[in-house]
Amino acid sequence: MQLWSKKNDKNYPDFWREYLDLFNKKDQNMPLKDLRFIAFDTETTGFDYTNDRVLSIGAVGIKNNSINVSDQLEVYLKQDVFNEATVEIHGIRKHGALDKISEEEALRQFIKYIGNAILIAHHANFDRTMINKALQRQGLGDLKNKIVDTGVLFRNSKHQIYRNDRMNYSLDELCNDLKISKSDRHTASGDAFITAMAFLKILSKLKKNKGFEIDDMLRLR
Amino acid sequence: MKNTIAERIQDFLKQFPPFDILKKEELLSISKQIRVLYVEKGDYIFRQDKPCHEEFYIVREGAVGLYRNFDNNQSLIDVCDAGDLFGLRIMIIKRNYRMSAIADEESIVYAISAKVFEPFIEENKEVNRFLLGTFAAHARNYFTETEKGNRIDNTISIEVAKDLSALRSVSYRKKPITCALEDSVQDIAKKMTKKKGSYVVIINEDKQPVGIITDSDLRAKVTTGMFSLTSLVTEIMTSPVITYSKKLTVAEAQIALIKHDISHLCITKDGTRNSKLIGILSDHDLLVSFGNNPSVLIKEAKRIKKIQKLRYIRKQVEKLLETYLEQDIPTVHILNIISEINDALVVRIIELSLKEMSIPPPVAFSFLVLGSQGRREQVLLTDQDNAIVFEDVAEEDYESTQVYFLELANRITKGLHTIGFEYCPAEMMASNPRWCMSISKWELQFRDWMTIPTEEGTLLSSIFFDFQHIYGNSVMTDRLSEVVFEGVNKSNRFLSLLGVSALQKPSPLGFFKQFLVEQNGEHKDTFDIKSRAMMVLIDAARILTLYHNLKGVNNTLQRYKKLAELEPKNKEIFESCAKAFRVLIKFRTRQGLLHKDSGRFIKLNTLSKKDKLRLKRCFRPIRDIQELLRIRFQLKTLM
Repeated sequence: MQLWSKKNDKNYPDFWREYLDLFNKKDQNMPLKDLRFIAFDTETTGFDYTNDRVLSIGAVGIKNNSINVSDQLEVYLKQDVFNEATVEIHGIRKHGALDKISEEEALRQFIKYIGNAILIAHHANFDRTMINKALQRQGLGDLKNKIVDTGVLFRNSKHQIYRNDRMNYSLDELCNDLKISKSDRHTASGDAFITAMAFLKILSKLKKNKGFEIDDMLRLR
Repeated sequence: MKNTIAERIQDFLKQFPPFDILKKEELLSISKQIRVLYVEKGDYIFRQDKPCHEEFYIVREGAVGLYRNFDNNQSLIDVCDAGDLFGLRIMIIKRNYRMSAIADEESIVYAISAKVFEPFIEENKEVNRFLLGTFAAHARNYFTETEKGNRIDNTISIEVAKDLSALRSVSYRKKPITCALEDSVQDIAKKMTKKKGSYVVIINEDKQPVGIITDSDLRAKVTTGMFSLTSLVTEIMTSPVITYSKKLTVAEAQIALIKHDISHLCITKDGTRNSKLIGILSDHDLLVSFGNNPSVLIKEAKRIKKIQKLRYIRKQVEKLLETYLEQDIPTVHILNIISEINDALVVRIIELSLKEMSIPPPVAFSFLVLGSQGRREQVLLTDQDNAIVFEDVAEEDYESTQVYFLELANRITKGLHTIGFEYCPAEMMASNPRWCMSISKWELQFRDWMTIPTEEGTLLSSIFFDFQHIYGNSVMTDRLSEVVFEGVNKSNRFLSLLGVSALQKPSPLGFFKQFLVEQNGEHKDTFDIKSRAMMVLIDAARILTLYHNLKGVNNTLQRYKKLAELEPKNKEIFESCAKAFRVLIKFRTRQGLLHKDSGRFIKLNTLSKKDKLRLKRCFRPIRDIQELLRIRFQLKTLM
């Protein structure tokens, strides 16, 4: 209770308070098919957590083993930090034709959209930290969602013999191995979709192991 | 808001019908609401007999098989590849699925909500027609199942979804059987029997359809005692009727029949109940238009009133044959089915020819088919070989009787020619006075052939002894069989002579095991599969059946089967002969269909190496059976 009142004291915006409320409920025993997952990806100006910024977020929802195209988010952020070098990777120019919104607005939309869904990202730690840093800049807390890393998931789907714990599979390697089309690679939405596809494919492989539960997936390292 | 994922889905969909007809923004709004499914090999997308999903599907990647379970037998209806639609039932009937969709390999499937798509169907006629056509092509399989008669029916109706024939207008019956409101049940039952129909439409004084009565109504309502024979038709009719205009397509008709669970649609002038009845369309008529169901073709043959129209049936038979070969249906089944249909065609032609005659036949007669048709081995249309046997008449009436039957035979052979059976070049037809005789004369002829053997005699007897009664009085035909067996029992000499002719058939391979081809004539440089390979097997089977006094076994394959039972020590030879014969028949049929001829003369350079080897493998049993004949009838001394 102490924690709760302490948080409540802070002057959080409504959307963040609503978001936090979602995690106070104790009804996590939902069957896998009713759980909402969200595969997401961020495009950034670089790899520096402090100085670089999120350029765009792409996300798409998964429920009951299928990707819901209608349950998606694609936002582009106004940029203060501009890094010439990464433009050719993500293709987002400083004053491009895309509709851009402020970091605050983008986070508001993203948080409202994800709710308490389980997040999925490839090399999730990077995307999570980038978002958390942005949240901090807005005076908000870290993401509360459970997060599944497709890189880790993929490694665990490999047979013991071929598994290399130190190996960090890139999204491209995943695509090749799982035969996923690489169109729209390096756009946030495209990569989110590829990540979602990879998630479904790996999950169906893992599910063949008897008694594989959602908890097992979240416990994977 | 930008939606990159939806744009990519749109890029994919726009390549395929019916999406290619839609406007860009329409397609994008559909794409935004799609679900993407990933399925592994063996995963179900939906199951037969389970409620319809709210979505239909299009394959993005991989392949999805549509299967129908029937009597614990799972049959494949269609395989959908990238861009193919399936699960369209929701768009049309919203009842339980009639088939299962199972991933044939790892696949990605897009699920499109019916609610989202429905507005586009209503607005866009072309989209609607495409969906109906696809649905109908898949649905076709349930229709064939309603005729449970033949096992094979369930497996033959694989049709490709893109088959646009489903979109052509139906051909309906123009003169429907009708009756008036005040008719009694008995009146219409008589009318239906007379016109060989399974329905009657009740019309009012303006000729508008008011109700319909079908066979099943009579069964359910009259024969059960619920209504009496004197009841009025209006008491038992189903009313109102389902009406359509004549512009109805095959697909729409099919769907209408499934949707309303009925067997007949009334065709009216403007498509409503309040206009004049101009025709009727039954589920049976529809089936015929698909042409892939043998029992329906036979039923249809029995109803046709013009010989020209029978030709259409024979055309359908050819289509059927192609499907059978593609699916490797056992040769025995193919032969049986095709023979049944051919018989039905011949019988119908005889019936129609009899009707054309000014008087009924003066005495009983039997119409025989000979040669390959008699052996029930005629797959492709070849020459017609037939004969007439009629009852004995007084000497002074003989000529006039023969003249009558010759005239009848003329009509029949002409009819057969019309539907595609070529005239026999050797005039071995009932229209030839030599092959249109009384039973006594036939007996004499048969005895002649057997006791005073000549080359012509052995040749003719080898054709005539494979006769099959097709129409009329079979007593006379049985009598002829007896004559043949009596003759055989008297001396083995006749059989020996037949044996010699079987050994003298030109051999298929030369000294260096090369194929021997025709040296000259029209078919120069082709391989004559009939006389160099099949005839020996046919002749040997016939001779040995006669030797064993096996009556009523005319078919070469059946003959070898019986022989294997009778002579266990030669079982292997007989079985290999049967096998070789099956291969040869299929070979010939394939060639015939390919070149639109009898398939008899094969151009060797059109065969693959594999085919040539397969063909050569059939020649070994030929040598073996020739050897067996040589020893059995001590033919060396005779040759």
